[in-house]
Amino acid sequence: MTVRVGHAAEAAKFPIIANTLVDDSQIRKNVRHATDVIQNKRANVVAEQRDWQELRLSASKIKEHTLKYLDRYLEQFETACTRAGGQVHWATDADEANKIILELMQSAMAKHGWAREVIKVKTMTSDEINLNAALEAAGIRPHETDLADMIIQLGDDKPSHIVVPALHKNRTQVREIFSRKMDLPELGDKPQDLTDAARHYLREKFLNVKVGFSGANFLVAETGSVCVVESEGNGRMCLTMPEMLITVAGIEKIIPAAQDLEVFLQLLPRSATGERMNPYNTIWTGVHEGDGPREFHVVLLDNGRTNILADKESRQTLHCIRCGACLNACPVYSRTGGHAYGSIYAGPIGAILTPQLQSMKHSQSLPYASSLCGACYEVCPVRINIPDVLLHLRSKVVERQQDMLAGGANFEGLAMKMAAFAFARPTIYRWGQKFARVAQRLLVRKGYIRWLPGMLGGWTAVRDLKALPQEPFREWWAKREVEKTKAATSV
Amino acid sequence: MSSNGRKTREMILDRIRVANGDGPATTFAPSPNAEWESLPREYDRRGALDAEARTALFAERMADYNAAVYYSDEDGLRATIADVLHERGKRTLVVPHGFPQEWLTEHVHVINESEFDSASVEDILNVITTCTVAIAATGTVVLQHGAGEGARRLSLLPDYHLCVVRESQIVETVPEVMDVVRVNATRPTTTISGPSATADIEMTRIKGVHGPRFLDVVIVR
Repeated sequence: MTVRVGHAAEAAKFPIIANTLVDDSQIRKNVRHATDVIQNKRANVVAEQRDWQELRLSASKIKEHTLKYLDRYLEQFETACTRAGGQVHWATDADEANKIILELMQSAMAKHGWAREVIKVKTMTSDEINLNAALEAAGIRPHETDLADMIIQLGDDKPSHIVVPALHKNRTQVREIFSRKMDLPELGDKPQDLTDAARHYLREKFLNVKVGFSGANFLVAETGSVCVVESEGNGRMCLTMPEMLITVAGIEKIIPAAQDLEVFLQLLPRSATGERMNPYNTIWTGVHEGDGPREFHVVLLDNGRTNILADKESRQTLHCIRCGACLNACPVYSRTGGHAYGSIYAGPIGAILTPQLQSMKHSQSLPYASSLCGACYEVCPVRINIPDVLLHLRSKVVERQQDMLAGGANFEGLAMKMAAFAFARPTIYRWGQKFARVAQRLLVRKGYIRWLPGMLGGWTAVRDLKALPQEPFREWWAKREVEKTKAATSV
Repeated sequence: MSSNGRKTREMILDRIRVANGDGPATTFAPSPNAEWESLPREYDRRGALDAEARTALFAERMADYNAAVYYSDEDGLRATIADVLHERGKRTLVVPHGFPQEWLTEHVHVINESEFDSASVEDILNVITTCTVAIAATGTVVLQHGAGEGARRLSLLPDYHLCVVRESQIVETVPEVMDVVRVNATRPTTTISGPSATADIEMTRIKGVHGPRFLDVVIVR
């Protein structure tokens, strides 16, 4: 089994990519604008929902319960979906999922003589398994139909946000891509013009392409139903117009019963786009006579999810409903944008999801891409305690590094041990302070240390260090006690 | 499923059981149902508004997302629909199976659902449907695509959708709507909140992408 999360395994470390991105003022401006707008809209519609905290609690408990019985609920879903005329497939990793999907498409296309094209609704999971590359290699043309995904696909770009993947592009940049790829030299740059161009471009595809592809927001175990949440109607098109529909979904997308949708359909739109309800939700069950595709397949994907499930302290990561609220709230994300994370899953949730899916073997810098301020936890509609999980993962990264360095020189580990030794012994600590006060003299400029030698330079490369005071608290306190005693005796 | 597929399925289910610290599956394992029943649900499962306030909220929230709202009584419905269509300049209309014919005047050219797939694009620009239920709090109509509501593509391909909602079909909250939807849980279900929209470019909300660009609602009191 080889778990793959897009191209995350080959990505450079977060601080290295982030360093170049924070200097791109256009990206910073675009990202800041988008996250500010969504955050304000979200705050308004969340304030209006009086029972928000109760909904969050229920959602978290439903997810916790589902994970505990995940095997049963998946089997229940399979039975119900099959009974309704759907076909269920299982894939342990990305390659297996792509193989199943390709075989299904190729045999149907050969059998019916359909054109080798597929219309796709926005799905992060398809990006996770690099489906488009696999399709193109097999000579099948994928058409992304979500407006933002079109911008990414036509611009040969990468998504930078879970919900609004092209938020790093402004209207001028979008106009440039569309006019070039759609051959529309006269195209205007108003969002209305660009949207109209997309409508026109895709209409013909919706009416003619025979194979549709989607992800899923929710799989309902009780009924075997699938729910897709969207805004533009491209989802409804892909889910109802083709002859054949294939849906890929992570195994954690399951919820026990249709009633549970009442919780998630209140939390998701308000958190994701700041709407009371998104324009369209489609819920379907298997195949419907005379309405929609005549053939329906679901591919249930593991791809590292059972690894996360096995870790009691971080399995809550699997509660995620991909609303993107934590990205918008994150002070780190709003400055770097999504590309710095080197993964299709960006922001706080990406920082915990990406390394865990890959068994902590890659993307080890991501758990550090946070100031631990807790804004992500506060806005999370399913109460994932992201700061807690980040800390847990940091300790796993350290453990891994220690294992790898066992027997070799580990300066950080040695320094930490020395510090622990000194902190536990007041005399040594006091002498250490005195020594450091003398040693720092050469480095202090106007009360700050701006440069440190060797490995310590990693700290001062990005922030100044306040110099140790000439009189530390402990000395001041001791002196004060002496003076108090003197004063008391002199009265 | 191929034997390979069955092996993968067992492998994933086993990995889940190991992760959960469960032994291999047995037929005697307790059902999760009782535990599901006792999950906390302290959120509002019922609305508090009376019929009049509920309808007013529905109209307000619908309008908030760019849907136009009209009122009618049962007797005046035929005239109201004719007025709305006249005002909008609509002369051709797609009409689903089971839609009450008496609500339509002879002035509109009717394309029946059975003719839909062979009709020209110009002829399917407008559609009229009923709905199963509607939500006041979110300004949503819900179609389960039975009689009067049409197959899913009927309310998707046209540019203009006129939906007739009875006041008695409006509930206040999302949980109340799920109580209705669950009765026929395996029917295809579409929830519609305003015309199709996107905010993908600079977060500017643009009405009308691939679904209908215009949504009108007639509330029948």
